[in-house]
Amino acid sequence: MAVAFTLNGAPVALEAPEGMTLLQALRGPLALSGPRFGCGAEACGCCMVTLDGDPRPSCTLPLDAAQGRDVGTVEGLGTPEAPHPLQQAFLDEQAGQCGWCLSGILVSAEALLRREPDPDEAAVRAALEPHLCRCGAQNRMLRAVLRAARAMRA
Amino acid sequence: MNLAFHAGAAGNAPALPGSLRAEPLLSRWLRFSAEGHVTVMPGKVEIGQGILTALAQIAADELDVAPGRVRVAAASTPGSPNEGVTSGSLSVQESGIAIRHACAEARALHLAAAAGRAGLRPEQFVVQDGRFLGPGGIEIGSYWAQAEAVPLEMEARGDVAPKPRAGRQVAGRSAPRLDLPDKLFGRARFLHDLRWPGLLHARAVRPPGRDATLLELPGAALPGDAVPVRHGNFLCVVAADEWAAEAAAALLARRIRWAVRDSLPEGTDLRGWLDAAPAEASVVAERQEPAAPAAHQLSACFTRPFLTHASIGTCCAVALWQEEALEVWTHSQGIYNLRADLALTLGLSPERIVLHHVEGAGCYGHNGADDVALDAALAARAHPGRPVRVVWSRAEELGWGPLSPAGLIRIDAAVDADGRLCRWDAELRGNGHSSRPGRAAHPTLLAAAHLDPPFPLPVAIDAPLAGGGGAQRNAVPGYAVPALRVTLHRLREMPLRSSALRGLGALLNVFAIESVMEELAAASGQDAVDFRLRHLAHDARAQAVLREAAALCGWPRRPAGDGTGTGIAVARYKNSGAWCAVAAEVEAAEVVRCRRLWIAADLGEVINPDGAANQLEGGAIQATSIALKEAVRFDRQGVTSDSWEAYPVLRFSEVPAVELRLLPRPDEPPLGAGEASLGPTIAAIAGGIHAALGLRPRQLPFTPDTLAAAME
Repeated sequence: MAVAFTLNGAPVALEAPEGMTLLQALRGPLALSGPRFGCGAEACGCCMVTLDGDPRPSCTLPLDAAQGRDVGTVEGLGTPEAPHPLQQAFLDEQAGQCGWCLSGILVSAEALLRREPDPDEAAVRAALEPHLCRCGAQNRMLRAVLRAARAMRA
Repeated sequence: MNLAFHAGAAGNAPALPGSLRAEPLLSRWLRFSAEGHVTVMPGKVEIGQGILTALAQIAADELDVAPGRVRVAAASTPGSPNEGVTSGSLSVQESGIAIRHACAEARALHLAAAAGRAGLRPEQFVVQDGRFLGPGGIEIGSYWAQAEAVPLEMEARGDVAPKPRAGRQVAGRSAPRLDLPDKLFGRARFLHDLRWPGLLHARAVRPPGRDATLLELPGAALPGDAVPVRHGNFLCVVAADEWAAEAAAALLARRIRWAVRDSLPEGTDLRGWLDAAPAEASVVAERQEPAAPAAHQLSACFTRPFLTHASIGTCCAVALWQEEALEVWTHSQGIYNLRADLALTLGLSPERIVLHHVEGAGCYGHNGADDVALDAALAARAHPGRPVRVVWSRAEELGWGPLSPAGLIRIDAAVDADGRLCRWDAELRGNGHSSRPGRAAHPTLLAAAHLDPPFPLPVAIDAPLAGGGGAQRNAVPGYAVPALRVTLHRLREMPLRSSALRGLGALLNVFAIESVMEELAAASGQDAVDFRLRHLAHDARAQAVLREAAALCGWPRRPAGDGTGTGIAVARYKNSGAWCAVAAEVEAAEVVRCRRLWIAADLGEVINPDGAANQLEGGAIQATSIALKEAVRFDRQGVTSDSWEAYPVLRFSEVPAVELRLLPRPDEPPLGAGEASLGPTIAAIAGGIHAALGLRPRQLPFTPDTLAAAME
């Protein structure tokens, strides 16, 4: 099947087999590393992307569901030279250990702050509830998201 | 714990510190480049704990170079020193101390060379970011200019003292993690992200039970160009596209016919199985000093279920087989050990196998990282000349990796009329906590037991207590007691492959010991903290962390409301590592939640305080998850808790707030940070449940079901 969509602001088009998921396409032919496989059952948040701005697990999403839509991944947020305020805040708080969960968590946090620029801690917890972090760095991540929100409002 | 402690090959320095004992050649640990950087080469590996950052800090400090000049090489065979396994919270003690001393000796060699050339004495130099400045600030040389001229191919002598603590500028101050930026910008860093031309993708198709025979492999057409690879009961599919490999594995899993036999005990009666299974008995500790008669006594049995690692990313390996030699990229914790088991399984000499460490997702013990390396090697052997990557599914990760074994401990203890402990008897039963590769006559790798002919899986062992122990880790209470006997009954059958998970036996033992201490304190009318302090008079550092945690939480802490309560616990990890005390506030409604944790720890010298705090807190949060939610479930054929639904772990809404204090002990030896907080956290939560509900938890996890049983 032929699928075309916008990936982190740039148009992409690919020919892919029926049954391919968006995550398989992103990590395979589209050669991204940010979206990660965690469970394949929408239960851990490692593969979170935005679809037209809303967070959505990509591990079960058929690739053709992205047709004509706007897909965002952690690679679209910022670069080491020009980090997104969330990435800067995660660096400042050293919010992570193994790092496997971070791409998905940043994607959900970015969507939250776009929707709600001044969330309280409960709102951040709720937005990150779909995400698992087995290393136990959640408190640092909560602080980092609130820190980024302050920076973005300033 | 698996290091062979022997003198250097030349036998010249039997007292070399850390891993220098086994690997005394300086050139194995560091090299300078003319371009102005130094590469340190630890045998320990990054498993999400931040060790590479701490090791770089140590090197920068000892060499007097800017941290940015230090590069840390990923471990590989045979290029890296053999430091055994990255486990046991020992990496700073073993690798860090080796690097500190190796750097001190390398610095001395370089300064001696510069001094000799200039007709000066080494003491006349200062080292400034790797440059050697003589009298008047004149640069006489540098590590970089002398990189070729000063050979490091010599054994450490052990006669150069590292800098005194006051001279350290980098180690001891928080430093940002070197690996974090890649992980925040979605850069390719994990093994799963490597992209090579010609890379093939494979997925295993596991049997439907632990004891199963593959009857028929249908010749159905597979998606893409996928082809099966079969050896006995081991089956995988290999394809050029990852999508095709996953689709083919799913298709085959539906079509294959297996014969499955019951081989597991009844999962609903773990205690019955633990008591009935054949076991090998040994005495862990015994002392019989005169004791006063018992005034209050307690007998209690504490149990824990099988647990799994539940890493968020799944296990992965890449293998390349060509000309009867094997190269593997792996996130194993012990690459030399893995090499030994791959050699045994594949009939290759170890010299024909090269392993490279590449980071995987967070690792908390012996998970499937070694197993998947054999999967990849078997797939690659069928496709010589092409690298093959295997990634496990979530079901494999939760269902087929080595498990942390179920166990029980019966404690019979008493206090005398003065409220002092007078007797302590403990009996442990369960499987051993180590099936790590490279230590037995047969390989311990998952697929080795599925080959034709199969290798029998060695039954898990427990390291001796002097090496940290397994099931008996922390089974001997740190409290003063005149009469004591602790015995271990290690099971001689292993229906579910068991091995090391963060904390090993300390999870159950600290929970049990601290619960007994609480109850004896209550029975004899003493405050739980005072009672412990009274029995820790010989261990001022244990008293200090307990006092600190008590102060942090405001002990004795009044309940914040109905159904809430605070518990407190303390332990010295392995009875030889870091001290840690934890207080936990729990809220018991339909389920028990842990709302707040207060943690105080004494880790000895701390290289990266922020990194150590991250490790301690992470351990406490993992322990909260273990305490409140986790249990592997199985039927007579296999593990059934192989999804996040069936094996839930703590989510954001359930994570307690944490307040943490490190006691400054910069002049004491480093003691490790990764595992000290787990046992005390579980025990403190149990104490909090008692404070909130009035019942004494005896069985992990503390769910409504097990707590209802405790009420009866």
